[in-house]
Amino acid sequence: MPHEIKNDLPSELNADEAALLREMPALNDVGQARRTFMMQTGGGGVGLFAANLLATESALAQMPPVPGAASAPVVAQNVVKVSFLVNGTPHALDIDSRVVLLDALRERLALTGSKKGCDQGQCGACTVLVDGQRVLSCLTLAATLQGREVTTIEGLAKGDQLHPMQAAFIKHDGFQCGYCTSGQICSAVGMLGEAQRGQVSHVTENVGKTTTRLTHDEIKERMSGNICRCGAYPGIVAAIQEVHSGRQAAQTWGFATETQLAMTTTPSKEDGHATV
Amino acid sequence: MRPFEYVRATDATSATAAMSALPQAKYLAGGSNLLDLMKEDVERPTRLVDITRLPLRDIQRTRAGLSIGALATNTETANHPLIRENYPLLTQAIVAGASGQLRNMATNGGNLLQRTRCNYFYDTSMPCNKREVGSGCGAREGLNKIGAILGWSEACVATYPGDMATALYALDARVRVRAPDGRERLIAITDFHRLPGDTPQRDNNLEHGELIVAIELPVSAGDFARNSHYLKVRDRASYAFAMVSVAAALDMDGSRIRQARVVLGSVAHKPWRSAEAEAVLVGQRADEATFQRAAEAALRDARPLAHNAHKVELGRRSVVRALMRASRLA
Repeated sequence: MPHEIKNDLPSELNADEAALLREMPALNDVGQARRTFMMQTGGGGVGLFAANLLATESALAQMPPVPGAASAPVVAQNVVKVSFLVNGTPHALDIDSRVVLLDALRERLALTGSKKGCDQGQCGACTVLVDGQRVLSCLTLAATLQGREVTTIEGLAKGDQLHPMQAAFIKHDGFQCGYCTSGQICSAVGMLGEAQRGQVSHVTENVGKTTTRLTHDEIKERMSGNICRCGAYPGIVAAIQEVHSGRQAAQTWGFATETQLAMTTTPSKEDGHATV
Repeated sequence: MRPFEYVRATDATSATAAMSALPQAKYLAGGSNLLDLMKEDVERPTRLVDITRLPLRDIQRTRAGLSIGALATNTETANHPLIRENYPLLTQAIVAGASGQLRNMATNGGNLLQRTRCNYFYDTSMPCNKREVGSGCGAREGLNKIGAILGWSEACVATYPGDMATALYALDARVRVRAPDGRERLIAITDFHRLPGDTPQRDNNLEHGELIVAIELPVSAGDFARNSHYLKVRDRASYAFAMVSVAAALDMDGSRIRQARVVLGSVAHKPWRSAEAEAVLVGQRADEATFQRAAEAALRDARPLAHNAHKVELGRRSVVRALMRASRLA
């Protein structure tokens, strides 16, 4: 049965909307004009779609989180006082003992560059540096970090000047969706430090000999803890190799020219879709 | 994750006291396995005793050989010059496991205590005698491709997944542990982990509250330095647990084998040192025919489950290849 489209707004809340407001009282704070817009978007009634939009709106209204502010809806238990440096800035937090570093960074310190992928140590998206060593922030309890120094993706650049690894990832197209990228870059920075210190890997032919030169196979093996669902691995390896070797490699991609864009946006006869 | 009390220990005495006072307490070192299991609701400690500040991180020569601190990380251990030079098998095994990030976090003591990767152990909706005593073994008649082929019982077919311990079995390591009363004892690594029997909930022979302080390697295991190899076979080339692994170590007198160690990983509830294979090798010329006889002996008692018969043949071939590499014939 097709929905009846009403142009006038419903004067009362329907059951879904009432339930939503009961569960999320904060939605009452969302402006009436905004709510009206959401309802119209929903096609006359507050369906699930509009309800989701309202919830998103509410969540976005609270952004950005205030550093150090308690935003967790549950009461903290077994509170631990912990102080550590993040990107050079000291932070003192009172945290539930269960809080892992990744959540402390994202939810308490508003540093959302580190990403939550699997949350169980299998994907590497949450990689950060602790005292210069690359580790997984999803499996590190924040309480254990007293006095330690954490570096996240936000701390790699110096002002407007990108870290060489960040610049190389852009130059070599080392990402597509970007979700794994901050973990990849932090991991790569930590990994090059390991190589400089002469550390060996699974593909090192003779573990008794020290070499600090990394082949492509060495880079692939040493970066295997960072998964890229988009498959940007060739670009990632090229970027790391360039920073590692110090030899500038040619950029293999470029933005399309106006002429090229004009040619490729002509609709195809077969499917009628524009291809870019 | 369930709530727990966090205690930061400052010395071994306070650590063991905080542990022994509570049956549901656990030590926290690298956390790379424990935190994962807590998130999965498999481990449910009510107190974590953080031991990472304890001074147990040194790797040093002793009169007996080498003492490796329980809290040295896997990375520090694998790359220590004394280990790379005298016990390269241990370096190879450590860098075959996990990822760079995890090896930076994982400690040696924690690595010995890592728990099985059996899917039924991880899945709290499934029966598992290891996780919940008396609930049954889901893997026995379930999906058991990664299960044991040696030493399993009807109660449990899980395998010990670690690489480092598999090499330690070949290097005659001993584990130094400290009891809450301060007394220390040495456990031969081959007696450290247990077969499942009727008590699969116990992975090892540590008593509650005992703290691993060091892993000790004898000088004599340095005789294997020239002729050892760690071979790991897995579903992908990196960052995966072994389907089968082999730590092979030979002490050669020319082309003749003076002493041998053959240990298989991921085939049983503990690393599986094969006295049978070693007996075949000792006194013989190092060649492929001898290695094949040793491989036959190592897997003679294998009893595969419904989905892992491949591990038996894979185990044989892996033993041969590891020995070929160790003896530098391949």
